[in-house]
Amino acid sequence: MLLIPCPWCGPRDEAEFHYGGQAHVAYPENPAALSDEEWARYLFFRDNPKGRFAERWNHTAGCRRWFNAVRNTATNEIEAGEVTA
Amino acid sequence: MRDVPEHPDWLWSSPEPKRSYDVVIVGGGGHGLATAYYLAKNHGITDVAVLERGWLAGGNMARNTTIIRSNYLWDESAGIYEHALKLWEGLEDDLGYPILFSQRGVLNLAHSLQDVRDSVRRVHANRLNGVDAEWLGPDEVKEICPIVNVSPDVRYPVLGATYQPRAGIAKHDYVAWGFARAAAAMGVHLIENCEVTGVEVAGGRVQAVQTTKGRIAAGTVALSAAGHSSVVAATAGVELPVQTHPLQALVSELLEPVHPTVVMSNAVHVYVSQAHKGELVMGAGIDPYNSYRQRGAFHIIEQQMSAALELFPIFARAHVLRTWAGIVDVTPDASPVVGKTPVDGLLVNCGWGTGGFKATPGVGWCYAHTIAHGEPHPLNAPFSLERFTTGALVDEHGAAAVAH
Ligand SMILES: Cc1cc2nc3c(=O)[nH]c(=O)nc-3n(C[C@H](O)[C@H](O)[C@H](O)COP(=O)(O)OP(=O)(O)OC[C@H]3O[C@@H](n4cnc5c(N)ncnc54)[C@H](O)[C@@H]3O)c2cc1C
Ligand SMILES: [Zn+2]
Repeated sequence: MLLIPCPWCGPRDEAEFHYGGQAHVAYPENPAALSDEEWARYLFFRDNPKGRFAERWNHTAGCRRWFNAVRNTATNEIEAGEVTA
Repeated sequence: MRDVPEHPDWLWSSPEPKRSYDVVIVGGGGHGLATAYYLAKNHGITDVAVLERGWLAGGNMARNTTIIRSNYLWDESAGIYEHALKLWEGLEDDLGYPILFSQRGVLNLAHSLQDVRDSVRRVHANRLNGVDAEWLGPDEVKEICPIVNVSPDVRYPVLGATYQPRAGIAKHDYVAWGFARAAAAMGVHLIENCEVTGVEVAGGRVQAVQTTKGRIAAGTVALSAAGHSSVVAATAGVELPVQTHPLQALVSELLEPVHPTVVMSNAVHVYVSQAHKGELVMGAGIDPYNSYRQRGAFHIIEQQMSAALELFPIFARAHVLRTWAGIVDVTPDASPVVGKTPVDGLLVNCGWGTGGFKATPGVGWCYAHTIAHGEPHPLNAPFSLERFTTGALVDEHGAAAVAH
């Protein structure tokens, strides 16, 4: 089980969290202007690196707040100092 | 129970790679091996190398729970999975190798009124597609699998089940070895400990692959790297709509035969069969986060066990012997991607996620056709990369009961 550092509650068991996938995926600024390719990219394509990955977590069984973390998907290590509210 | 054959001597040769092949297949799992076999057998194409970074079939092919069925909802899925099931039915003779294919049937349990409606709908859809399917009430479920608890006094009582009698299990290692042996006998090179580190593209066309055993030129490069598909495709500048997750499974110690079929439950979320040797084989869903580590968290296993005990009180004294994980490539619509990429000569087979073992002969057949003709077979044409742009998704999430 991962030990995930919630920025508000400190390190807690993975079972307390809900995963939110890739971080920093912004809703398109002007949706009406998007081509089909751009919509496909926004809806269905997410980064899937073997290595550093910025991702979202929600502390559902704790403070219920979202935050971002950077984890290495090859080792599952979460980078200290890269957990941001 | 059948006698299990002795561990085999070498079934294939291990040649040094040549500097060039007509076709290079990246990934020596079940799909890569089946593709090589049908390339040689159906299309006479034997200047083929299968490059595997580890040992043959040590990825998900070695780690899956071997459930084979074709009772998917949508026509596109029924098409390719039923084609696969028909091939499974003749595969032992075709390969001349025992694969312990056992058509013991699969029950997909329904625990809510919505489950019941979805299941009955799926039974009708299956029948229209020539897939054997029946809807059973709780008593009939009990007849087929006496150890399932169909009492109404549980939190999620069994309200019925779909039943596919032709579904079953097979011995995954033997399937891989059978394909490998037959492909090697027709001249295919199976090359282990050979990781593809890059795909070389020039002028929009694939040229070669870079590997830990040097550069290997190829007319066609066919990816079949399961959980690592994104990593390999990215070296050719191709992005894929897949996310890589751990998927766990477990076995109990060897027990007397108690479980005659395969039982899957989406709602309480576990599935169980009993392997030929006697161990109970169980699994459920993915660990939620992206990861390339072939391991998952124990609380996921605990949830599977509590679901299993709800359905099978008789398992209360059984012991878990071993748990493990593979890494699976999951798409947004829970259907695979098999076909062309924007790079000429570069083909992709990925996104089978938690359920691609059952497809092994079917996808091998269709992917070989795609390689040989440069165009998809009608059965894999719907599973194009473009469907995410056109919107023609084949949404099997939920529709197909549990995904495996
Ligand atoms: C726990 C678990 C249970 C499952 N249960 C079922 C089930 O009951 N029924 C079902 O139908 N499906 C099931 N599946 C899914 C099924 O196992 C997969 O969909 C299927 O095995 C994928 O195809 P494959 O056999 O070719 O994959 P793999 O065996 O994973 O083959 C891919 C190969 O590519 C190699 N590779 C990766 N990168 C490179 C590279 N750069 N260079 C060279 N080689 C590379 C890997 O080492 C690997 O051997 C399960 C999976 C898991 C993990
Ligand atoms: Zn918190």
